[in-house]
Amino acid sequence: MTPLRVSIVGVAASLLLILVVLELVRGRRLKERYALLWLATGIVLLVLSAWRDGLNTLAGWLGVTGYPPAVLFAVATLFVLLVLLHYSTVISKLTDENVELAQRIALLEERMRRAGPASGSPRPGD
Amino acid sequence: MSRGGLVAIVPAWNEAAVIGVVVDEIRSVRSDIEVVVVDDASQDDTAEIAEGRGATVLRLPFNVGIGGAVQTGFRYALEQGYEQAVRLDGDGQHDASQIPGILKPIEDGTADLVIGSRFVDPGGSYRPPFARRMGIRVFARLVSLLGGQRVTDTTSGFVALDSAGIELFAAEYPHDYPEVEATLIALRSGLRLAQVQVEMRERTTGTSSITFLRSLYYIVKVTLALLVASMRRYPRLQGARQ
Repeated sequence: MTPLRVSIVGVAASLLLILVVLELVRGRRLKERYALLWLATGIVLLVLSAWRDGLNTLAGWLGVTGYPPAVLFAVATLFVLLVLLHYSTVISKLTDENVELAQRIALLEERMRRAGPASGSPRPGD
Repeated sequence: MSRGGLVAIVPAWNEAAVIGVVVDEIRSVRSDIEVVVVDDASQDDTAEIAEGRGATVLRLPFNVGIGGAVQTGFRYALEQGYEQAVRLDGDGQHDASQIPGILKPIEDGTADLVIGSRFVDPGGSYRPPFARRMGIRVFARLVSLLGGQRVTDTTSGFVALDSAGIELFAAEYPHDYPEVEATLIALRSGLRLAQVQVEMRERTTGTSSITFLRSLYYIVKVTLALLVASMRRYPRLQGARQ
């Protein structure tokens, strides 16, 4: 059986995670799109921490006989991996878009320079 | 140029088959209307066709999604000093001949944002599939509750705005699945909202971008956005009279 203290700490930690994520979204420092996986993480950990019988049952299914809270760590690790993987795909997309923006600006600047001297940033050689 | 004029903002993504007709129809409603097509990185000839029909075309360098595309149009309207704007989808589902109708409360000065709603009139002909109808209704209830005013159709993309509305949405507009949250933001910013019955056409080409997994993301994202938006403080807009 999961020790009560582990359960309490687990509930407190997942509640804290959920509140921090919500506050970040409210303050516009995190977009809803990227908050959803974190919220799912918080909610799953909250349920598993609070519902001790459920955690025991899950541990039984997974063959974890000695210490059921180990399943909490496993689930938390799994979700962190998911979030990281998700971020890797996001970063890849941002990288491509960033390169495209830089290329377009280079082409635009070239076109503007040919059209005439800009009042803004004179360059040597112009 | 065109201070006080009217601009039509038309987000489009791969709509080459219909965008020409859409631009023509809008231009035939009023001769003084500038049609701005925001091309969300289409792979087909959407931008060229729209330009050929006399529209101003803003070409996004890559796909930014419907909300980001529409906001580009609002920013253009703000920069150009437009005082009235209508927003229509590029797929032809919004009937341009109804523009004068949804513009009326703006011209009368009685509203800052007018939603072309499919459900003001209970006898309206729009009958979406059950799940969709429920979704639209639940979001309408939620926005009405959080925004303090009854809203019948929060998922409509057929809207008209005055300068206060343009200013708000140029500064603040959700990037994906924007309509529901934008309605709440408008209410919480003190914009005066009006609703006018419109009929929408069935899509003639393409498919709706809403699939099952996306529907799930849509529901969860929009719900979260609404709850968070109702916890935020929004500055009351200068332009909004009330």
